[in-house]
Amino acid sequence: MPLFDSLYNFAHWLTENREEAEELVQETYLKALKGFSSFQTGTNFRAWIFRILRNAFLNSRTGLKAMQTVQFDDADEEIGARTEETPESLLLGRASQQAIHSALEQLPVIFREVVLLCDVEEMSYEEISQTVGIPVGTVMSRLHRARRLLRQALKEKVDRASND
Amino acid sequence: MTEDIWRSKVERYIDGELSENETKALGEHLRECSSCAAEALQQTQQKRSIKLAGQRYAPAAEFRRRITEQIRPATRQTYWKPAFALAIVATVLVAAWFTYSSRNAQSQRLLTELVDIHVADLAASTPVEVVSTDRHTVKPWFQGKVPFTFDLPELQNAPFTLAGGRLAYLNHEPGAQLIYNVRSHHISVFIFRETPATSLHSQNISKDVLKFSVESWSAHGLRYFVIGDANPADIQQLASLLKEAGNS
Repeated sequence: MPLFDSLYNFAHWLTENREEAEELVQETYLKALKGFSSFQTGTNFRAWIFRILRNAFLNSRTGLKAMQTVQFDDADEEIGARTEETPESLLLGRASQQAIHSALEQLPVIFREVVLLCDVEEMSYEEISQTVGIPVGTVMSRLHRARRLLRQALKEKVDRASND
Repeated sequence: MTEDIWRSKVERYIDGELSENETKALGEHLRECSSCAAEALQQTQQKRSIKLAGQRYAPAAEFRRRITEQIRPATRQTYWKPAFALAIVATVLVAAWFTYSSRNAQSQRLLTELVDIHVADLAASTPVEVVSTDRHTVKPWFQGKVPFTFDLPELQNAPFTLAGGRLAYLNHEPGAQLIYNVRSHHISVFIFRETPATSLHSQNISKDVLKFSVESWSAHGLRYFVIGDANPADIQQLASLLKEAGNS
């Protein structure tokens, strides 16, 4: 099955739940087969099927909730706090795999999805644009913000670990 | 080319998105500039770390078997269906849709960009640069930072609380971003000069963008946007208060 492992990994990152990820992948394949005649030969199959999965996620209860809710912890306490820039080489060297997982999970879905599609799926900006349905310029600005948020989250985790 | 311009290209360089000439030019610059080379190295390490960490979930063998069995018969039925007429109709519809939507595309891009700024700033550890519930503290903070002035509403009998403000940029145009709280929701109010870079296809807009409620209007040469995941009625009420303050 084409892209099965990639689709499942992406679905699990979006839903953060194994059963929901399986349902999403199943729905994606069924929809893709049902609508295969609408797929135009010569266009990007990967972007097309990832887009089906993403749309199915957005229409799910978890997807609707994720797109409506902006989560951030202890926002009032953090207001006024300034983030010191730390070289990423040092930061990433000190951040465990678990810390990166956790930072990715904390990222709002609209940022998590572009960073996963770019860095994990190695999609081009154009492919991400087709998958997510946003202009290439917006892909670039979302990626930039996603990476900035990841650096901030990792720095906070590294600092917290250092203070413990 | 200045250092800032080179640096702004590093992310696209790491993502393999520069043209051949740009890649070559930046590659030569990286050999001479230790600062940009360090930046490129750091971004490469971050990308590699995320790639490794992002390949986290693998489907169970049982699930793979189940899906394979489910889709195999469907594949035989669907793959070879002739659909030329359908494809022609679809092509015509898509072309018509593109013509229709091009008028709204710029507006949609602006609104999506502002929703992105709203989400990113609230998720950041420093959502505001000036922290105050007092409009007479927040408004003067923008003096000299944005090329216009504006009025903020009195909130005595309203459910909103001013949390502070920060500078925002839309298509390189500086503007004011005010953060208001209502119950446990956060609302961003963006104010920019009305220019081709910040204007929408319509004078007044009230719509959902990525499930966020958005109100936008133009008054006295300024373009206002109110964006949040609060109840649409709250967004409209805050917009009304801002309109009144702007007209007083």
